Amino acid sequence: MNSLHDTDVNVGDQLAPLVLPLTRSLIVATALASRDYQDVHHDPTLAQQKGSQDIFMNILTTNGLIGRYITDWAGPDSIIKNVSIRLGVPNYAGDTMTITGTVTSKQDGQIVVGVVGANSMGNHVTGTVTLVLGATGQGGTK
Amino acid sequence: MTTAPTDTTDSAAFEASLLQFVGLEIGVVAVAPDEVNVPMVRHWCEAMGDTNPVYLDASAAAASVHGGLVAPPTMLQAWVMRPFGQGRDESESNPYSQLTKAVESHGFTSVVATNCEQTYDRYLRPGDHLTMRTVIDSVSGEKTTGLGAGHFITTRQDYYDATGERVGSMLFRILKFRPAPKPAPAAPKPLRPRPSLTFDHLFWFEGLKQGKLLIQRCAECGVLRHPAAPMCRECRSIVWDTIEAGGGGRIHSFVVVHYPQIPSIEYPNQVVLVDLDEGVRVVANTVDTNADQLVIGAAVQLEVRMCDDDLSLPFFKVVQS
Repeated sequence: MNSLHDTDVNVGDQLAPLVLPLTRSLIVATALASRDYQDVHHDPTLAQQKGSQDIFMNILTTNGLIGRYITDWAGPDSIIKNVSIRLGVPNYAGDTMTITGTVTSKQDGQIVVGVVGANSMGNHVTGTVTLVLGATGQGGTK
Repeated sequence: MTTAPTDTTDSAAFEASLLQFVGLEIGVVAVAPDEVNVPMVRHWCEAMGDTNPVYLDASAAAASVHGGLVAPPTMLQAWVMRPFGQGRDESESNPYSQLTKAVESHGFTSVVATNCEQTYDRYLRPGDHLTMRTVIDSVSGEKTTGLGAGHFITTRQDYYDATGERVGSMLFRILKFRPAPKPAPAAPKPLRPRPSLTFDHLFWFEGLKQGKLLIQRCAECGVLRHPAAPMCRECRSIVWDTIEAGGGGRIHSFVVVHYPQIPSIEYPNQVVLVDLDEGVRVVANTVDTNADQLVIGAAVQLEVRMCDDDLSLPFFKVVQS
């Protein structure tokens, strides 16, 4: 897994999209792996009683998937400093979310990537991730 | 944008009362049940599909900028999540419960999470033991949103390691809102006005229910008459029978009614006076006919249609202008 360096990245660069089928298993497995036991993330009957059409992804997972999306691109020497997201439509089981990203700023050694995760109903998440890329030829230092 | 309060003084007092919660710490300091550990990181990475080797591959992690295994930064909140089966602290002494109740008492009963902003001071490593403190960061004035009017409530969670050093922070914003009233279901279309039925013309409406346009005929002299009447205009006979109209005719006159509008009738309301081929005139609505087809003398064809379970009426369609 190679890491990107500052010189590899320019404002306007687009990250390869990540297409994620939102299986019921994914919704439940990620909710439990993030220790989120709220019923709306694993029990369809209770989720529907509370007005949702089905179980839906929890927020910790949305954060986790965005973190994964960024380091899939930037590599193991990247350091994420901030993830700021705005939540939109729910990620219901059975839908598909496509995450896309664009480098929006590169300043003082920090990169900002604008990310959007969209499903069939619209944007589930929009936000920014601030990170520091690995320094050229200096892997292993901080 | 704020909505106009019904009572400015009360509203201002309410909003001021909300601000007293800003800066208050919520409940007890949460202590992570477990140190940051590789097994939980493994579960996280498996579920998320995260293959970054710095989380699970010790040698790759050692060779990376991190110099050793670290936990995914976005996992921050997971280390201090409430145990299964343990509800939120809703005790009356909890300022967050008090704030929530205050907001709900003004009708803002629904909730949706809107924003989450995590800042990582450093990556966590196996062995880190976290504590978390939560503070009410801000409460907005009343805002109008797509979901309805409401107040944004932002909390800040600060995460500390065992030495008391802050390792990360999270701003979490929810909207407590008053659900916008759902539009009332569309009222069923009202029925057409009922005819006031008498024995004299009951036969006519009953005939229509069977799909027939009947014309009254004098049993003595054979003269046709419409509208129905008890006595022949020509010979004064009160004995009568009926014939069924063939359905052909021509427009004698017409009018398009725009006003006043009756809810049960489609507008523009095209009303035709039709000379039936049999020689009597009938007033009816048109079907499948444009306004520019309404020409005096145009040939029309009868269509009997059921308006509802209890009413069928004759309609005419222009077949040739």
